Amino acid sequence: MSAKDAYYIPQKATWPILATVGLAVTLIGFANYLNGSSIGPILMVLGLLIFIGMLAGWFTLQATESESGTYNTQVGISYRMGMMWFIFSEIMFFAVFFGSLWYTRNLSVPWLGGEGAGPGRETQEFLWSSFQATWPSNGPGEVGGDFEPMGTWGLPFLNTLILLSSGVTCTWAHHGLLSKNRDQLIKGLMVTVGLGFLFVSLQALEYYEAYHELGLTLGSGIYGSTFFMLTGFHGAHVCVGAIMLSTVLFRSWKGHFTPENHFVFEAAAWYWHFVDVVWLGLFVFVYML
Amino acid sequence: MSAVVTEHDDHHDHGPEKGILRWLFTTNHKDIGTLYLVFALAMFFVGGTMAMIIRAELFQPGMQLVEPQFFNSMTTMHALVMVFGAVMPAFVGFANWMIPMMIGAPDMALPRMNNMSFWLLVAGVLILASTLFMEGGAPASGWTLYPPLVLQTGNALPFAVFSVHLLGISSIMGAINIIATIFNMRAPGMTLMKMPLFVWTWLITAFLLIAVMPVFAGAVTMLLTDGFFDTSFFDAAGGGDPVLYQHIFWFFGHPEVYIMILPTFGVASTIIPVFARKPLFGYSAMVVATVAIAFLSFIVWSHHMFTVGMPKAGELYFMYATMLIAIPTGVKIFNWTATMWKGAMTFETPMLFSIAFVVLFTLGGFTGLMMALSPLDYQYHDTYFIVAHFHYTLVPASIFMIQAGAYYWLPKWTGHMYDERLGRLHFWLSAISVNILFFPQHFLGLAGMPRRIPDYAVQFADWNMISSIGAFIYGGSQLLFLYIVIKTIKQGTGEKVSDEVWEDAKKHGLEWTLPSPVPYHTFTTPPKIIPTEHI
Amino acid sequence: MIKARQVLTSIALMAFGLRSAYADYTLNLGKGVTQQSGEIYDLHMWVLWVCVFIGIAVFGAMFYSIYHHRKSKGHEAAQFHGSTKVEIIWSIIPFVILVVMAVPATKLVLELDDVQDSEMTIKVTGWQWKWQYEYIDEEPSFFSNLDAASNEARQVGSGIDPRTIPNYLLEVDKPLVVPIDTKIRFLFTAGDVIHSWWVPDLGWKKDAIPGFINEAWTIIDKPGVYRGQCTELCGQDHAFMPVVLVALEKDEYDDWLDNYPENGAASYPEGTWESKAVCAGSECTKDELMTIGETVYSNNCASCHMPGGEGLEGTFPAMTVSPIVTGEIEKQIDLMLKGKEMMPAFNQSITDVEFAAVVTYTRNALGNSVGDMVQPSEIVALKSK
Ligand code: HEA
Ligand code: HEA
Ligand code: HEC
Ligand code: CUA
Ligand SMILES: [Cu+2]
Repeated sequence: MSAKDAYYIPQKATWPILATVGLAVTLIGFANYLNGSSIGPILMVLGLLIFIGMLAGWFTLQATESESGTYNTQVGISYRMGMMWFIFSEIMFFAVFFGSLWYTRNLSVPWLGGEGAGPGRETQEFLWSSFQATWPSNGPGEVGGDFEPMGTWGLPFLNTLILLSSGVTCTWAHHGLLSKNRDQLIKGLMVTVGLGFLFVSLQALEYYEAYHELGLTLGSGIYGSTFFMLTGFHGAHVCVGAIMLSTVLFRSWKGHFTPENHFVFEAAAWYWHFVDVVWLGLFVFVYML
Repeated sequence: MSAVVTEHDDHHDHGPEKGILRWLFTTNHKDIGTLYLVFALAMFFVGGTMAMIIRAELFQPGMQLVEPQFFNSMTTMHALVMVFGAVMPAFVGFANWMIPMMIGAPDMALPRMNNMSFWLLVAGVLILASTLFMEGGAPASGWTLYPPLVLQTGNALPFAVFSVHLLGISSIMGAINIIATIFNMRAPGMTLMKMPLFVWTWLITAFLLIAVMPVFAGAVTMLLTDGFFDTSFFDAAGGGDPVLYQHIFWFFGHPEVYIMILPTFGVASTIIPVFARKPLFGYSAMVVATVAIAFLSFIVWSHHMFTVGMPKAGELYFMYATMLIAIPTGVKIFNWTATMWKGAMTFETPMLFSIAFVVLFTLGGFTGLMMALSPLDYQYHDTYFIVAHFHYTLVPASIFMIQAGAYYWLPKWTGHMYDERLGRLHFWLSAISVNILFFPQHFLGLAGMPRRIPDYAVQFADWNMISSIGAFIYGGSQLLFLYIVIKTIKQGTGEKVSDEVWEDAKKHGLEWTLPSPVPYHTFTTPPKIIPTEHI
Repeated sequence: MIKARQVLTSIALMAFGLRSAYADYTLNLGKGVTQQSGEIYDLHMWVLWVCVFIGIAVFGAMFYSIYHHRKSKGHEAAQFHGSTKVEIIWSIIPFVILVVMAVPATKLVLELDDVQDSEMTIKVTGWQWKWQYEYIDEEPSFFSNLDAASNEARQVGSGIDPRTIPNYLLEVDKPLVVPIDTKIRFLFTAGDVIHSWWVPDLGWKKDAIPGFINEAWTIIDKPGVYRGQCTELCGQDHAFMPVVLVALEKDEYDDWLDNYPENGAASYPEGTWESKAVCAGSECTKDELMTIGETVYSNNCASCHMPGGEGLEGTFPAMTVSPIVTGEIEKQIDLMLKGKEMMPAFNQSITDVEFAAVVTYTRNALGNSVGDMVQPSEIVALKSK
């Protein structure tokens, strides 16, 4: 039987169960921390260490297998499908928060302000008589106190430019890979990763400003909630994407990947573009409108 | 670590590893399928025990056994354990075992991830179960976890949230695996429209899972931040809305109930033709109906919320959309009936369960349709009428077909025949007691008994007692099932079954061309013969 | 005053009359006492029969085939496997049936949504675990709790047979009183978590959602006592917050209203403290406060702090020898007025008399004997600060 026909089935897998342990310990630790228990943080650190160790191990294993030619085209396709559907699930995850933003802006806040025929009609009259529906809003209870909304054309706009260019440099790196121009590949990736981390730093700066100058916090009513949830989860995804690209960079630097076989690069790039698109959505719906 | 096996021809003769490590580290689709099935069975008993506590407290009016808060925890945990611990994993177990065999694949597409999905499930359920022993008790706000009530949960809240995250990741990984397997691993010639219906229903189910599990994860994440990080998603004072949670939950929750029923349909479509000795009637209509049900399931969620005070246009829309689901579901019922029509039927245990499924699921569907009419739902909502509705669609549908599938495939998996006499006894006990258990709940609901109550007014006493008696008989009968399964695995009836197991089963699917019990590695080379039976 | 007594007698009589009706259980939805509830009933029956009919047709065909097309009878399997024509037919027929069902349902939705031209408005607020009724533009405003007898019997291990309690779990201390033949608009909201207000005889239920108002309306055709329950899970005592609605002839209702609140007290079932009309408008004695306090405690506090005051380890602090209950009285009042974490604020949900009573009670019972007391007037003063 030729190697091409045979399908690669790993004999045993030690990493997945370790990943589970790492994840579970981290979350158990986090839950304990939220409940005010002192072992919480310890468990969290422990869990994260296990998880990071696992990632390193699992990635190395995959890289070795891949470089030794274990995977045939069929496996490559499976991996690509896996990544595509994973990104789809992420889209649905973000959709929840975008949906919440839409709902609160267009339904709940106006209802509280007495608009609309549905539940809105009497709500304002009987419960929140002094509330005017506007956006941004921290609700009729003015939860979290006075705040100023985040501006659009300062840091956020800069960040938009940064992420968009990082998308371009990522594609540029891909071209380098396809045309066997390793130098271009590595440079492109370095710039992409750099821009990614720059984005995250600026975002941190933005948060700092929000908390210390604008009075805008996670507790600033629904505006603060949606703002920080959306941008926060996005920021976390940028970090993950940047870490993925860093491993890709590391492997490119070690001479991995061929124009035919570079699934990890593609996966990371897809993910990066996905994160990009989400940001555009954020920029329009959170900052601009 | 795993060798680069493609270079060794002999690797296919590898048997499983020995001992516990085999199960911890396995990447074999059959091992993982077995793990899922065993876990699901265990959880069925755990969730069932909770149901027995519920039914025991409701045996007569007055509070006898448990505190109201604990009762609510039982209701909540019963549902979560049954849904996420028993029914869904059981079907994933079937998928793992059968999909590769049915489409002629050597294994699942992503074997390591397969292992991880299973262990994440275990971790998630264990964390959930651990909340029973926490300060303030397990979550007691119903499986729907509505705020603001759920925010009154004690220490259990973050644990419940994270367990949902883990279960979500597990399901998504499992689903991605199934999709990749079906799209990428079919044997040459196994076109999409030649796939057995079980594979089709799972393909659609997997899609539903990937689409809605993240939504549930997002919803509980917002619960967590509302509870611990001062956000106001579900708090009107901050501009949020408790009903927002309900919209998000049911955007997940409604497809979720079809996640539990589509594979059920798949198993029924597999079993009925074999025992009617006739090809499945209307194969392509069945596929289209499955897709239609899945599509509709995304756009009907607010039928769970007719009483929250929606604008009336919304209410009407959700009413109409929900009613439409009766059409593709009806097509399924009619096609199964037509498959039986003019067949040459025999009534082995799997077939008995399938027939009962068709009848009793339709009953559950009818009550579903009644609730879809929103003015009627003003009365039915949150009463035992609904409890009756969904148990008819879950117990004599999902659970019955899981058990039917077990009877149907166990001989193939183990090489032993189950005890037919005991199987039939199990069927009759279950089928009769399940109706004693759930049918009276229709009456209770219509007469005005709300759900999720540990104690009730005395006019509801009689039917509750009957229902509880039914529950105890039904629960007891499941011990018989356990016994039959264990006996079959150990030695069965003694005689070895043929490869085909069921008369002419080869005509109905690739899996019956394999030896019984199935070798550890299924198809070493892609099978060339494709059944053309149903085309 | 005499009129008032008649009203009360008629309420009592109706309550008795209905009790016997409840003794025989029902299998089906009730027809209710409004036009809409009747229409809902009719639609329900109609849809039910359609389903039964479809069921008979489908299962009939199936069982015919099960019986006649058995292998044991030697039936040979036919090999047909599909027909587009049939598939289309059995998609269209259900569709038509659905359309026919949708028409009356649509009509009902529109009808039930229309709160215009209502003659009076009652605001209903759900609390853990009681209902508050406020008659908008009128005087009455009060809370409605599970009655004491049911409440005692429903405790775990109370040893009381629920069958000996009249209207077990379906009785309250103060019912909602409304006139018949009047379009009443209800406004629903909640103070803590979501509740749902349901009287089956009106034909609908509506969720009470904190921070929002929901509307519904009704016109009751027949005088009577109509009972229902909270139908949205709202915590441990969700099963124990019934709704009792007393519908009176219009003139009887007007009398009730005119004489509110003096005779209001008399309309409460015997045995609750209001029926004794203690210390209204004057200084209360400690004994009076202690008696009232006991009821208030068991209705409002015992669910968390436990009937004996021992609390629930880790979740609800004990009353017995609590530093707050045995410490400065102002601190306790302050905490109870404002609430804290899961401890609800009681500044609105109980009356000043009840408030003073329960404070006095907790300090001098449940294993405490501080000896002090507080007057309702002092509570009023503290509230306005
Ligand atoms: C496997 C699970 C499952 C399935 C398959 C269904 C199927 C359906 N369900 Fe059900 N449902 C649940 C599980 C399920 N449900 C659960 C768990 C809840 C409660 C959740 C909670 O609150 O905790 C619920 C609650 C629920 C509600 C909310 C009630 C309320 O809370 O007020 C509604 C309302 O519309 C509803 C409707 C339907 C409909 C229309 C279908 C349809 O799919 C049914 C279609 C089938 C048929 C109609 C029968 C066959 C058809 C024919 C023979 C054709 C001809 C028929 C006609 C033309 C009538 N369901
Ligand atoms: C797949 C899902 C599933 C399954 C299989 C079941 C199975 C059962 N369910 Fe459940 N149920 C739900 C999903 C499910 N349920 C959901 C979603 C809810 C709503 C929750 C909410 O309101 O939030 C619910 C709620 C619910 C209620 C309403 C509770 C309330 O409103 O307070 C009741 C009450 O009768 C009930 C009973 C039962 C019973 C008796 C079974 C039986 O079929 C169980 C049978 C199994 C066993 C009994 C186990 C096996 C046997 C043993 C362990 C041996 C011991 C036996 C004896 C002691 C006799 N369920
Ligand atoms: C929903 C549950 C609930 C109800 C009902 C409730 N309480 Fe509490 N109560 C609490 C909780 C929780 C605390 C602890 C608050 C904290 O310290 O965070 C508390 C604290 C207290 C304290 C302070 C005790 C201490 O030692 O810290 C007093 C006094 C008190 N409650 C009295 C009452 C009275 C009187 C009533 C009835 C009129 C009542 N409570 C009803 C939940 C409740
Ligand atoms: Cu209030 Cu349930
Ligand atoms: Cu639904």
